[in-house]
Amino acid sequence: MSAHDIASVVREGERLAQDVVEEYLAEIDARESELHSFNHVLAVEARDAAAAVDAAVARGDDPGPLAGVPVALKDNMCTRGVPTTCSSKILEGWRPPYSATVVERVVAAGGIPIGKTNLDEFAMGSSTENSAFGPTRNPRNLDRVPGGSSGGSAAAVAAGFAAVGLGSDTGGSIRQPAALSGVVGIKPTYGLVSRYGLIAFASSLDQIGPLSESVNDAALLLEVIAGHDPLDSTSIPEPAPGLRETLDAGVDGLRVGIVEELADAEGVQPDVAAAVEQAALALEKEGATVERVSVPSAAYGLSAYYLIAPAEASSNLARYDGVRYGLRVDGPDTATMNARTRDAGFGPEVKRRVMLGTYALSAGYYDAYYGQAQRVRTLIIRDFARAYDRFDVLLGPTSPTTAFELGAKTADPLSMYLSDVCTVPTSLAGHPAASVPFGVDGDGLPIGVQVLAPALGEPVMFRVARTIEVAAP
Amino acid sequence: MLARLALTDEEIQRLTGELAAIVEYAAAVSSLDTADVPPTAHPLPLVNVFRPDDPGPALDRDEVLAQAPATEHGQFRVPRILSDAP
Repeated sequence: MSAHDIASVVREGERLAQDVVEEYLAEIDARESELHSFNHVLAVEARDAAAAVDAAVARGDDPGPLAGVPVALKDNMCTRGVPTTCSSKILEGWRPPYSATVVERVVAAGGIPIGKTNLDEFAMGSSTENSAFGPTRNPRNLDRVPGGSSGGSAAAVAAGFAAVGLGSDTGGSIRQPAALSGVVGIKPTYGLVSRYGLIAFASSLDQIGPLSESVNDAALLLEVIAGHDPLDSTSIPEPAPGLRETLDAGVDGLRVGIVEELADAEGVQPDVAAAVEQAALALEKEGATVERVSVPSAAYGLSAYYLIAPAEASSNLARYDGVRYGLRVDGPDTATMNARTRDAGFGPEVKRRVMLGTYALSAGYYDAYYGQAQRVRTLIIRDFARAYDRFDVLLGPTSPTTAFELGAKTADPLSMYLSDVCTVPTSLAGHPAASVPFGVDGDGLPIGVQVLAPALGEPVMFRVARTIEVAAP
Repeated sequence: MLARLALTDEEIQRLTGELAAIVEYAAAVSSLDTADVPPTAHPLPLVNVFRPDDPGPALDRDEVLAQAPATEHGQFRVPRILSDAP
């Protein structure tokens, strides 16, 4: 049952939220041990929240647009009194003294947090294998990864453990796992959704967004979490655009550009390239015009990203020093305690990025690496702006490949980074993008097609995503 | 030292090779001409976001301190900060 349908029957009093929650908890009981999509299942809390929703309905109150909808939360979103680990040993056992704004909004809308989902440690990775608590497996094929870093939320939604999920996307961490797990994933415009209570990775890029079985459910959840938050000074101080009223408006007359630098990127699997072409044809059939377009500097997106994101991460992760929360490994003085704590608490990928970021920011290299990457970021923004003079939306693959086998890329960090080659450019521009399932490859693994739109272009992006969803084989 | 990571020799050896490959890939940014291109630090044109200077509710001190590895007299406790070295 869709999130939309669950909310309507619960609001009408035709079904108890408690029964909905029991159904989802039974699914989790049956299959979670083979997937490991959750770090913590919130069975007790979910039952209590469902009882509160049912009590509201019984009183004649409207619990809200997510009434009784089980929601999976990525475990980098703070939940008051409930462990929040970022899948890192350095935060094991930490119980935040406050909840993220997105969590407050989900609960205020009647949504039921059902668990905290696994991720690559501190959201650094593309397979959910970099978790201190073990990898998550892809529900479509247990030998494959679910993608990452929001792989736990993607797997939980794909497996039916939650009706919808929240992930965070810095360079593709919602869209790529959505593509690999066969669900819808949305990276909203930078600033559309509050990051208050989202544990920071790269602050100029991080954004929270929905994962769901359908485009309509993604729109429902995004409408609930979007909008200005005085607790996040980077949130856009304007009302968020409505999405569902125009969802079925179609694509007649829209101009669609296939981005050559994404569609022809090195390593794009032929099945994936073919799916993008077929999705474009489907849009053409519904009245859109389709042309190829070049966004030249997008080819340098991944290089720029792997200087900018680690630089910001090395600064953000300085707070894990063994002083205020989490792990401490003692030492004779504070500097030694800090260094021992961080060596024991961080996994290999986090250490790589902290080292890389510290290097990119260091005095002798700042201008050549970090500074140059920031100037390339400006070129990417300009090139996208030129493309959006001629096109309403852009199209490309989400991930160059379908789900790969566990262990396939763990020995070579750079090969893992290339998983993000199609998602990173638009992240650097701060623009929204959606991944929509579109058929399967020769091995039966899901393929995702990516729809890109200019800043705050979510309404048109959702219309295109919806049209692709309807046309999907 | 800047990163405050007490890496083992084995970690240092492995990281040296991995980071060299990553830096080589990332250095591709240097092939673009960026003369007169300003840097972008943040994708939104938001600057100096202010709010009224009104005191609001704050986190409960005991609840926050309860999460710390060591506390004393309502404060975080750390090992000595200065070394004996001259």
